[in-house]
Amino acid sequence: MRHSEQEKLISGCSVAGIMNESGRKISGEAIIRSIAVMRERSNGLGGGFSAYGIYPKFKNYFAFHMMYDDKKAMADAEGYLKTNYRVVKSEEIPTIEDKSIKNRPLLWRYFVELKDKVKNLYYDLTEEDIVVNDVMKINAEIEGAFVTSSGKNMGIFKGIGYPEDIGRYYKLEEYRAYIWIAHGRFPTNSVGWWGGAHPFGLLNWSVVHNGEISSYGINKRYLENFGYRCSLFTDTEVILYLFDLLVRKHKLPFDIVCKIIDAPLWEEIDRNGDDEERELLKTLRIIYSSALINGPFSIIISDGNIMMGLNDRVKLRPLVSLKDGDTVYMATEECAIREVCKSKKEIYYSKSSEPIIGKLKN
Amino acid sequence: MNRNISKLQRIDARDLNYRELNRLIKDAANEGIKNIHLTNVNGQRYIGTGVNNAPKININGVPGNDLGAFMDGCSINVSGNGEDGIGNTMNSGRIVINGSAGDILGYSMRGGEIFVKGNVGYRVGIHMKSYKNMYPVIIIGGCARDFLGEYMAGGLLIVLGLNRKSKNPIVGSYCGTGMHGGKIFIRGNVEPWQLGKEVRVYEPNKNKDDFSLIEKYLRQYCELFSLDFDSIIKTNFTKLLPGSSRPYGKLYAY
Repeated sequence: MRHSEQEKLISGCSVAGIMNESGRKISGEAIIRSIAVMRERSNGLGGGFSAYGIYPKFKNYFAFHMMYDDKKAMADAEGYLKTNYRVVKSEEIPTIEDKSIKNRPLLWRYFVELKDKVKNLYYDLTEEDIVVNDVMKINAEIEGAFVTSSGKNMGIFKGIGYPEDIGRYYKLEEYRAYIWIAHGRFPTNSVGWWGGAHPFGLLNWSVVHNGEISSYGINKRYLENFGYRCSLFTDTEVILYLFDLLVRKHKLPFDIVCKIIDAPLWEEIDRNGDDEERELLKTLRIIYSSALINGPFSIIISDGNIMMGLNDRVKLRPLVSLKDGDTVYMATEECAIREVCKSKKEIYYSKSSEPIIGKLKN
Repeated sequence: MNRNISKLQRIDARDLNYRELNRLIKDAANEGIKNIHLTNVNGQRYIGTGVNNAPKININGVPGNDLGAFMDGCSINVSGNGEDGIGNTMNSGRIVINGSAGDILGYSMRGGEIFVKGNVGYRVGIHMKSYKNMYPVIIIGGCARDFLGEYMAGGLLIVLGLNRKSKNPIVGSYCGTGMHGGKIFIRGNVEPWQLGKEVRVYEPNKNKDDFSLIEKYLRQYCELFSLDFDSIIKTNFTKLLPGSSRPYGKLYAY
């Protein structure tokens, strides 16, 4: 994908998330309004949304959202996809005409399933492992092609622009989802480009991030041992791959993953009076020291079952939340929640490294 | 005499951008209007910044970040919660929050008062400072999170911990980290783990000056929120002072 040159600017991204734990779907209208209230936090160099539950007719197929610089990139990527996958539907992602949205790539989506011969060839891998490998390969090796999302019954819609403009551009008010996550970008340490807008996605994962990761080099080298390729010119992708590795592959529960990537400070561990818990925390820090994320962050991440908000260990970025019945709201600022939630309930100010979790009921 | 002085101006802030809203506030203040009532505020930043003639500004809704930043003399009353960065580098005046507030409240504050009825977030009072007759004061009715008074250089911080659940500490950890001026009073006890390396703990009540300093501001606070001063002052306070006026003087001297 093309990257535009961008000077370093002051930080101040915005994040927002709305989840209905009963799986009741709402249109994208609310999340657009929610993120739009925090417009001053972004600078028009990136906005995006992830939506879960939007493709019920194709819920058993991997939904690939793609960005292409040109027809050649499209042909190359489609050629690659068609070798490994049976494509049951392929179409342009619908957009409106909006002159303020510049340098638009070709936006395409595919609903696919792995061919049996590919599953047989990689009999030692799961379907998800194969998809991850293909996403890595396309992003790193096919010039001008980028996989925006690759999950089931979900999709990521993003680009360069203010988030509310990007949301309208993709006509998100016409989609219905039970989890909506949004991001307004103010690029700091990396360039503003279409693929670099948040959310970042892999399989069912999507993550939005406000902050910067000072442990990026350590995390990247660690992840490369497991076949992840950090090719997106952003620190945020390591969060995505760490969750995929620790939750999907190492099968660790979310709360343990939080103790790894957002580990308590050693002083706090020493102060913990519960011997068993203290030993566990120590062990996690030692075994997974390279998976610790350092630096300021607030993130919202989802796998379609859980939506989680999380802050760094010394709370260098804002994040508040509110639970109203079976709807969970999270946002950088309270105003983004009040804009769409009429409940008079108190806002919840979570502590540093305290995960806020919305969970889909069975 | 300006005939506008007794007049009240109401502004509906719904769907107004922060620039539009602040323009309306400034225009009203420049006309000499002394009471400005804002309704449906939601996320608009910098309310009270650059406003002349020190009006009273009453806010219904959630004012955005940097409420009262660089503020000079206005008196702001917020009916509910505030967000982050309230009173950033504020010069003078008063901000009253009837709910809770977010992080870095009173950031680099130089003068005036911020009174919060509820709880506050992280790094409250970071780098607040006093100079000659400028003396910033922050009183928190509830609890404060980590890094309270971080790099504090002057002024007064009081945390009351009213209506506190016993499992919630009145202040988080690293309280007073890098503190090199000013005073922090915490109602009740604090444990050593809650404190930064640069603060020392004292008992204030034996010292007459401390009591009259607390009393001067706390009485105003109690009157504002209809609280009983006598019962609040009965509990012992912990006083925190910096161990040095230059804690990091030798940090880079090698």
